[in-house]
Amino acid sequence: MGTVISVEGVGQRFGSRTIFKDVTFDVQEGEIFVVLGGSGCGKSTLLKQMIGLLTPSAGKITIAGHDVVRDIDAVRRIIGVMFQSGALFGSMNLLDNITLPLSVFTDLPATARVEVARMKLALVGLADAALLLPAEISGGMAKRAAIARALALDPPVLLLDEPSAGLDPITCAGLDQLILDLRDTLGATFVVVTHELPSILAIADRCVMLDSAAQGVIALGRPKELRDSSTVPVVRAFFNRETL
Amino acid sequence: MVVATMRVSPGVIALSGPLSARGIGRLWEHAVSAAREAGGGALKVDVSGATVLDTSGAALLLALEAGHGGAVEIAGADQHGVALIAQMRKVKPAKPAAQPAKAGASGLAWLAVARIRLEFFGAMVLALLALPAKRRFLRGADFARIAERAGLQALPLVIMLGFLIGMILAFQSAVPMRKFGADLYVANLVAISLFRELGPLLVAVILAGRTGSAFAAELGTMQVNEEIAALTTMGIDPETMLVLPRMGAAMLIMPALVVTMDIAGLIGMVAVLMVFGFPLSAISAQITASSGPADFLQGLVKGVIFAAAVALIGCRAGLTAGHGPRAVGEAATSAVVGGIVATVLLDGLFAVLIYRLRL
Repeated sequence: MGTVISVEGVGQRFGSRTIFKDVTFDVQEGEIFVVLGGSGCGKSTLLKQMIGLLTPSAGKITIAGHDVVRDIDAVRRIIGVMFQSGALFGSMNLLDNITLPLSVFTDLPATARVEVARMKLALVGLADAALLLPAEISGGMAKRAAIARALALDPPVLLLDEPSAGLDPITCAGLDQLILDLRDTLGATFVVVTHELPSILAIADRCVMLDSAAQGVIALGRPKELRDSSTVPVVRAFFNRETL
Repeated sequence: MVVATMRVSPGVIALSGPLSARGIGRLWEHAVSAAREAGGGALKVDVSGATVLDTSGAALLLALEAGHGGAVEIAGADQHGVALIAQMRKVKPAKPAAQPAKAGASGLAWLAVARIRLEFFGAMVLALLALPAKRRFLRGADFARIAERAGLQALPLVIMLGFLIGMILAFQSAVPMRKFGADLYVANLVAISLFRELGPLLVAVILAGRTGSAFAAELGTMQVNEEIAALTTMGIDPETMLVLPRMGAAMLIMPALVVTMDIAGLIGMVAVLMVFGFPLSAISAQITASSGPADFLQGLVKGVIFAAAVALIGCRAGLTAGHGPRAVGEAATSAVVGGIVATVLLDGLFAVLIYRLRL
């Protein structure tokens, strides 16, 4: 297993406001790596930097050896992204949402595109919802459909922003299991941004914790080890649901 | 870009290269045809030469199985590939059943739409009746903002269109009427046309395009964002809080817009006739001789009714919008089309009514 994602000394400032600085970690191939932290610590900002929607104020991010700033086209060919809202195209049914990248980036004939898209929907348990519009499905289904769309071109790296936010515990557990199954089935590398503790403990091989007060990384490691043996008060409070 | 390749021999299809979405596009149909043509006997699909096997590649292998119809052996996949194919086989969906055509579905849909519209107008009547008890739902600031956007901001467009329409009408009618020596009567024609018909009609069309669509988009977005549901759950009638102020504002600004349109149209007509050599006093005398306050008032009354219809239809389109971003666009389209059609229908009705009343 080699390093797929490398984040080196990355920082982000908006005007005079520093969101975080000197964030450094790497993600190994086939790993489920979770970026966690309290609200406002910069988790989603870091994800936006990793997918090229935001240029870091400092530092460098590479994915599979490609610099995210300089070589964004190469990066976008190997990543799939699920946005927090799902960001499904409201005017298209789920099947069309998934066939869209297939029709743009592959030579697959129309029947094959539909066949492949139906398989992706089946993989996330939405085989029967293919012809529904995003407005006609539940939040959990929308998240799964968004994962299926991120999987459309079978990217080796998947980045998921808050996949379980706003969902009930049973649906959350189902999504966590889906992520584990997809990693095992597809061998893909996952970066998951979340602050849902049960999800973190269920899926993360390793995690990095950001903190707004520290303006950067306060913990890096396996979640259960951090929960049981971290000496940082914020980390202990986060994992043990304590007040500071 | 490296793509997958296929070699076919009796009973064997050998696939090599990247069996991924980007790699299999060109060979998909050939491979499925080859599998179909292999007949019902045993078929071996050899993927030992595959450099990549992902879900799209696995989908192709399952399509080959389905195309062949008989026993298919997939050979040469590594452990990960075998697991992936097994998983895909497990979740593979059955073909979706075709939707059965429902006899009379379009007729029923039309009835459903008619019912929704009727319900809306019923709700509006109730909202009007209940208005004294629900005065608190009305917000003066909203009313002023809507009136400003629908009225004041539409003035430049109304002036420009009125002036141009007056000029065009005068010019187009003056040329043929000159043949009969009746070109001075162009002033009578244009003045009556503007006061009775074109003034209110054109302003109503502008109102439908500018304001009716804006009402529909605004309320449609509120519907999509569940703001209407939030109002309803708070016990506030959306009809009273959102529709009545819009209707009132549209009806209030309409006479001003119609007068502006009439004046701008007359100025355009006067400009053309003066270029044709008629003095202003002669044109003025023709206008006052041919049209009176009744013509002018008729236009104003029609304008107010048109404005009510356009506003009501725009608000109805917004409040009954469906879900998703497409719904807002459909609501705006429905508002413009409905507003213009209703205006023309009402104008026809007025024509009959005025003829019967000999006004």
